[in-house]
Amino acid sequence: MSSTTVRPRGRGQRSRAASVALHTALICASAISLFPVLFIVFVSLRGRDGWQEPTRFVGFDFSNYTHILGETKFLTWFGNSVIVALGATVLGVLIAATAGYAVSRMRFPGHRPLMWTFLVVQMFPMAVLIVPLYNILGQLELLDSYAGLVLTYCSVSVPFCAWMLKGYFDSIPAEIDEAGRVDGLSPFGTFWRLIVPLARPGLAVTGFYSFITAWGEVAFASQFMSSEDHYTLAVGLQTFVGQQKAEWGLMTAAAVLITVPAGLVFFLAQRHLVAGLTAGGTKG
Amino acid sequence: MSTVVTRVRRSFGTHWYAWAMVLPVVIVLAVLVGYPLGRGIYLSFTDANEANVGRTIGVNHIEATYQFVGLDNYWKVLSGQEGHFYSRLTWTVLWTASCVVLHYTIGLGLALLLNRQVRFRALYRVLLILPWAVPAFVATFSWRLMFNEKYGVLNAFLSGLGLDPVDWLGDSTLQKASAVAVNVWLGVPFMMVAILGGLQSIPGELHEAAEMDGASPWQRFRHVTLPGLRPVSGTVILLGTIWTFNMFQVIYLLIGQGASSESEILVTYSYRLAFQGVRDYAGSATYGILILSLLLVFAVFYRRMLTRQEATTR
Repeated sequence: MSSTTVRPRGRGQRSRAASVALHTALICASAISLFPVLFIVFVSLRGRDGWQEPTRFVGFDFSNYTHILGETKFLTWFGNSVIVALGATVLGVLIAATAGYAVSRMRFPGHRPLMWTFLVVQMFPMAVLIVPLYNILGQLELLDSYAGLVLTYCSVSVPFCAWMLKGYFDSIPAEIDEAGRVDGLSPFGTFWRLIVPLARPGLAVTGFYSFITAWGEVAFASQFMSSEDHYTLAVGLQTFVGQQKAEWGLMTAAAVLITVPAGLVFFLAQRHLVAGLTAGGTKG
Repeated sequence: MSTVVTRVRRSFGTHWYAWAMVLPVVIVLAVLVGYPLGRGIYLSFTDANEANVGRTIGVNHIEATYQFVGLDNYWKVLSGQEGHFYSRLTWTVLWTASCVVLHYTIGLGLALLLNRQVRFRALYRVLLILPWAVPAFVATFSWRLMFNEKYGVLNAFLSGLGLDPVDWLGDSTLQKASAVAVNVWLGVPFMMVAILGGLQSIPGELHEAAEMDGASPWQRFRHVTLPGLRPVSGTVILLGTIWTFNMFQVIYLLIGQGASSESEILVTYSYRLAFQGVRDYAGSATYGILILSLLLVFAVFYRRMLTRQEATTR
């Protein structure tokens, strides 16, 4: 071993000034990304009118939280959002899983058109479907009902789940299928007994992402759910800051309560999320 | 004739399994997307609005009286008679382009920083991803509070610096800039994480080899990093463009549902046609179909461009 007295800077090492610049840039970016979130938490703790003095640090209490939990329909809306988003997610994953597998492993006439359909449907602006769906649901008397909104969200979640799951199934080696077939399993048996258990993280992340999409959907929910008891959170939150009144204190407290559970699960799932989203596309 | 039958039968014999597995999705898509889309296209050829569609009030059923008008709606919109299409289209394209460019460049910059060996890297990563964890409608309302002219925190900062308050959501240019800012805040984390994943998949040997050959940092970025990122970039830019083009929440909730506003993009305008004032179902459907066609044309050209690029670099 030769010992080096004068070590040239190697890869991954950098001068002190570069380090300082790097950290400064990262700290600035983090501050921008963090500030709005902290600010909302701060305002929500300032009481009902605290938002009018955004730079003063006095008057902290939980009155906004007790008010929205006790005297508004927040909890009902929260429940509605959970029901609708969960319904769309479960249906989406269940229906889409077999199709994702078939598209990933089998070559059949209609394979390419189907992949294109999954991609194209994700491009659909809600503006294309909202009027026809509104009329159709109206005829079926499903407006202002959970079932109607769940079905509507399925039009988004099913192609999305199929697209994502295809990407996950692609990442599972085909040798596993072959082993299953050699052992005498049918194609569906292979899928159900071998691939589904292996793809469980993928299923979870796909489900989670379609849950979040439905959780944050505004356009359909605003028109389809007309009675206050059926509002989802995205609609209910609009009632706090309407044309006439501006209850920003209540709005911020609701915002915190909506974000915390979604955010927690998000951080558990996000690592797998991007891989899934981009995998489907690159291997098309 | 008989050969066709046997071919179909043979094809069914080999492929029935795959078809059976995709059948549920095909049925759901046909019912929930195909049929409404067909109806949407049909509506765009009629003069349907709130007053003449069939409806049931109590026990009375009123028959639909709207009529087929052919390409009339499209002609009105595209010839500029209806008066809003081209201004909205320009702003929508500008909105999409500025958002996606900012998303991508900021995301790439942050990903490059995070890809180095830096202390507290995990912490920075979590902090920078944070905006993505906030539902878009919540974030939009929060920004609306911060943009508030009288009580907003941004103006409080400005007055602290001795500057005049700005009506962020008032005049249309600032309104647009504010909307872009909110959407950039929301969208950068996704790009950053995706590009970071791409950066980490570039083999380190490539960089080492380039360094051995005496390539400057810029040359390495230009000729190793960027080509290595191409597959990821291609997908995220396509997805980002589609998402931004259709980004309903930010515009609708930030700028509000008030009277005619110049900062509306095509999607929110089409929504307003359908659900505000006298509901113009036909006009809204026409806009919807036009938006979809624009996106489809874009996606096809974009994919073709990517494949051509791949072919030339190989």
